[in-house]
Amino acid sequence: MSAHAPEPNLAAIPHLAPDGRASSQITEAGPTAPRQMQLLARALLTPAVALLFIWMIVPLALTIYFSTLHYNLLDPETQQFVGLENFRYFLTDPAFLASLQNTLVLVGSVLGLTILLGIPVALLLDQPVIGRSIVRLMVIAPFFVMPTVSALIWKNLLMHPVSGLFAWIAKLFGATPIDWFNDAPLFAIILIVAWQWLPFATLILLTALQSLDEEQKEAAEMDGAGAVSTFIYITLPHLARPITVVILIETIFLLTVFAEIFVTTGGGPGLQTTNIAFLIYSQALIQYDIGSASAGGLVAVVIANIVAFFLVRIVGRNLEA
Amino acid sequence: MARVATTRRVAISTISAWLVGFLIFFPILWMVLTSFKTELEAFAVPPSFLFFHWTTENYATVQERSDYVHHAINSIIIAGGSTLIALLIAIPAAWSMAFAPTKRTKDVLLWMLSTKMMPSVGVLVPIYLIWRDFGLLDSRIGLVIILCLGNLPIVIWMLFTYFKEIPKDILEAARMDGATISRELIYVLTPMAVPGLASTLLLNLILAWNEAFWTLNLSTLQAAPLTVFIASYSSPEGLFWAKLSAASTLAIAPILVLGWFSQRQLVRGLTFGAVK
Repeated sequence: MSAHAPEPNLAAIPHLAPDGRASSQITEAGPTAPRQMQLLARALLTPAVALLFIWMIVPLALTIYFSTLHYNLLDPETQQFVGLENFRYFLTDPAFLASLQNTLVLVGSVLGLTILLGIPVALLLDQPVIGRSIVRLMVIAPFFVMPTVSALIWKNLLMHPVSGLFAWIAKLFGATPIDWFNDAPLFAIILIVAWQWLPFATLILLTALQSLDEEQKEAAEMDGAGAVSTFIYITLPHLARPITVVILIETIFLLTVFAEIFVTTGGGPGLQTTNIAFLIYSQALIQYDIGSASAGGLVAVVIANIVAFFLVRIVGRNLEA
Repeated sequence: MARVATTRRVAISTISAWLVGFLIFFPILWMVLTSFKTELEAFAVPPSFLFFHWTTENYATVQERSDYVHHAINSIIIAGGSTLIALLIAIPAAWSMAFAPTKRTKDVLLWMLSTKMMPSVGVLVPIYLIWRDFGLLDSRIGLVIILCLGNLPIVIWMLFTYFKEIPKDILEAARMDGATISRELIYVLTPMAVPGLASTLLLNLILAWNEAFWTLNLSTLQAAPLTVFIASYSSPEGLFWAKLSAASTLAIAPILVLGWFSQRQLVRGLTFGAVK
């Protein structure tokens, strides 16, 4: 805000020179803006609202429409209304249950890892650290790496069972290197995605920590509270809200993890790393089954909306404050 | 906080923080190091950390063989174009909601946020078919449109939270001095809005540059940005690690620099103002 320093002088002008014209306009520009202004405001808002409305409604309506059709791009002539048949097919497909489970495991594990690691890292960065800004830069860097790069770098340079760095470290300690993408493919993806999202969790928690009242902590310490009880009774409750925000926002993005799976495993081996997003993709653009993929798309929309409902409520509450 | 063991405490936290920072950063560092190795050294066991034959041949090969510049230009056009268009649509909208709010402004904002919650995969099918029918598959325009729409809610939200912080008194003062709305916009509002505009621009460039759902699904070669270009290294069972590393370093370097500049705005932009 330092850039705005000279501005308050401007605001003081009317108080110094309150002639009749100015004061009459004060009442006019009071709580409700002039009519002309309102019209202008509406005109300026309309394009954005219209575009977002189309962007939301048209594809969604089409998805609903396609989901009731038997429609395969390999045989586009035979489009036929089948009612809820696609949903029955999609929801009873064993691949759906497997991918739902993978999605939940992926989202849950990445959330757990990023928050459980993010809290100590944020606490550490909140300490007096020499060269903190440089450490901050290093911690935050993975967030800016595009998903295809981080997935391929981890898969090859780090996780390769023979020449990867992890294999070398394992052998240093006399252990058998893990063949990540064969023996624990989902876990390998979880690690990659968690690495990408750890900076996000850390940064948000750190921002929240820095707004924590230092005096409150000092008062607690003077009252004889140890580091552990200060953390449990003061810091942790203060972090409850940012943690909720991290959970909700990460969930929105993690429900549709795609690129990392696309470039490393292609959903395999078998269905082991197929999540809902990848399943829908493969039904649409590999099997060309438009009807079934659309039904799956709607299932994904419903799941995301459950999460979104809570996020929108939290953000809305904040908007009033 | 004056404590007895201050120096020791600083030493311990400094050392552990640097260690943690280094560990988190290590994969990127390792990638950059590998990009300067020969393919043989990149694959070698045990790996060499610093004492290898440093070479820049990978960077030359990446450009020669796979036309890195073509994809980098695509990335610049797609990320830059979609961000600029989104700003053009979002600035008036955010201005309107911040300075002339109505009873429904809050609902409109939350509704905009909710459009961002729609998982892309939920509308993959219709978008793919529409893009196919309009000849937008594998076109830069097609990707600009979709990334612009996808990021529009975030752009509007960020601008809104910045605009709201501009004190209204100043605008009223300007109005009282006889400034018209257009003059008010140009001489009073714009200078104050520049920092917010800049960080919105930066964050959205980053998001668009790294977007890897629509770019992977809607482009193959002609319009393929760097995300897709890097993905093409996944097919021949990763035998060219040094080249992969060089291409990756080139792909993330510009955005890493931008990202480091915008890190303070990141929290606010990505949490829709819920955490500041």
